[in-house]
Amino acid sequence: MSLAPAEVARIAHLARLAIDDADVPAYARELSAILELVERMNAVDTTGVAPLAHPLDMVQRLRADAVTETDRRDAFQAIAPQTEAGLYLVPKVIE
Amino acid sequence: MYKLTLAELAAGLRAGDYSSVELTEAFLERIESLDPQLHSFISVTGERALAQARAADARRAAGEADPLAGVPFAHKDIFCTAGVRTSCGSKMLDRFEAPYDATVVERCDAAGLVMLGKTNMDEFAMGSSNENSWYGPVQNPWNAAAVPGGSSGGSAAAVAARLAPAATGTDTGGSIRQPAALCGITGIKPTYGRVSRYGMVAFASSLDQAGPMAASAEDCALLLNVIAGFDPRDSTSAEVEVPDYTATLTTGLGGLKIGLPKEYFGEGLDAGVARAVDAAIAEYRRLGAGVVDISLPSTALAIPAYYVVAPAEASSNLSRYDGVRFGYRCENPKDLLDLYTRSRAEGFGAEVKRRIMIGTYALSAGYYDAYYLKAQRIRRLIRDEFLRAFEQVDVILGPTTPSPAFGLGEKSGDPVTMYLADIYTVAANLAGLPAMSVPCGFADGLPVGMQLIGPHFAEAKLLNVAHRYQLATDWHRRMPQAFA
Repeated sequence: MSLAPAEVARIAHLARLAIDDADVPAYARELSAILELVERMNAVDTTGVAPLAHPLDMVQRLRADAVTETDRRDAFQAIAPQTEAGLYLVPKVIE
Repeated sequence: MYKLTLAELAAGLRAGDYSSVELTEAFLERIESLDPQLHSFISVTGERALAQARAADARRAAGEADPLAGVPFAHKDIFCTAGVRTSCGSKMLDRFEAPYDATVVERCDAAGLVMLGKTNMDEFAMGSSNENSWYGPVQNPWNAAAVPGGSSGGSAAAVAARLAPAATGTDTGGSIRQPAALCGITGIKPTYGRVSRYGMVAFASSLDQAGPMAASAEDCALLLNVIAGFDPRDSTSAEVEVPDYTATLTTGLGGLKIGLPKEYFGEGLDAGVARAVDAAIAEYRRLGAGVVDISLPSTALAIPAYYVVAPAEASSNLSRYDGVRFGYRCENPKDLLDLYTRSRAEGFGAEVKRRIMIGTYALSAGYYDAYYLKAQRIRRLIRDEFLRAFEQVDVILGPTTPSPAFGLGEKSGDPVTMYLADIYTVAANLAGLPAMSVPCGFADGLPVGMQLIGPHFAEAKLLNVAHRYQLATDWHRRMPQAFA
């Protein structure tokens, strides 16, 4: 599978990664080479094989529906790029 | 005393031959004089280490110390440490101080271990050479022009050069075993779920597993005793009893059946590596083990499947780095989308971006079945082949890597060639199996590692099989000239 430049731009947008136009050909080449490697999977017929998401066939453990966390807002916001009055600041979204 | 193993250092502390403070100072001095060249640490935490050492000495004086209390070691910089930067090798987290400790860190602290610092690594644990670290590459202690392997390259190099007697690592596709092999040390990736992932920066959550890296299997057993165990804070932590991994180290190998998968000894295997592994097999025969030829037919599919599953999970995990709540934020964002896309583009390195893009593509509408589900089907084939093999043999043995350490810059221009450096290691992650690398000789003056793979939760058996070999050989005691 060879990726077209437009496809690279679409993936970058989905991944929320800014990419310079000048870097698109290199990405197209490298990602296409990786997909070529990945497509070696097609050499084997997997019809009827169930997908395995977790190696140990475990079931998701459930915990009691109880409040266990304490309020650590200050500690978490201390490492944020920009906060004010307990809120995370981002560029204006609604005019 | 830097030449001593973890077990010997612990015995020396117990006997009062030296204090933890003396030991810690000795290792900190070695780091200060030798690491500017090796570059195995991202952060050295001298003051914190000496405070922990004083506390350990006090506990020991009061007669209440755990076996490893006062022994220095290092953490891979992927484990969250409250009050100490956790960079994960990334510009994205260059100024990140976690507001809590990882479970692995908590357990090591509780055992009285002394953290010397945090080791260099490929960014977000993505890489096989440590060249993807934002802080720059690590040298291989055996040859300054060679890579130490990755992603736990800093941990492997620090232990090989004895800047720390042991270190933690993490292994998503070989990141403990491959650098252990390339640096001539011992490392074990436990069964998936054996060691808590809580507070370990996530890469691929169905594959990630932490483990010890040290000079010997005995030292790995001692450290695994500290870090293994159920943790309710990790939703995939295994509720399986943890044995004392040191208790069965010396069990005899008579009657042991070792499987040799023919796919691990075929085309692409370096002749020097093959010779060293063959000699190890001969040693096992002398130790009373039987050898059985087996086949794992889907071996060649492991790398292709891995490079769907791991990037897909990574693209999801790394979506949390948005420039809003923590981590790097770009200057003067013009709107919210610009804030996201530029913070991520400037904060992540090239390999991380490639993997996020591959994962995003594999999970995107119209491609999910062809890539992600296909890879998960192959994952089942791979796991089931292992389970069938273990009906026949107790452990599987082969080379850890297809070649000894390659040169700095040799593969960094070609991602696919780099990925193939993990050809023998990724299958154990896909299958969730415990696997370790044990030094077994040299090729072209560089260390060679053999890999032992066991059934789920058979860590004690692997450590036993490795320890008996290390009682009969001295490869694990060799030290690189420049650091001896």
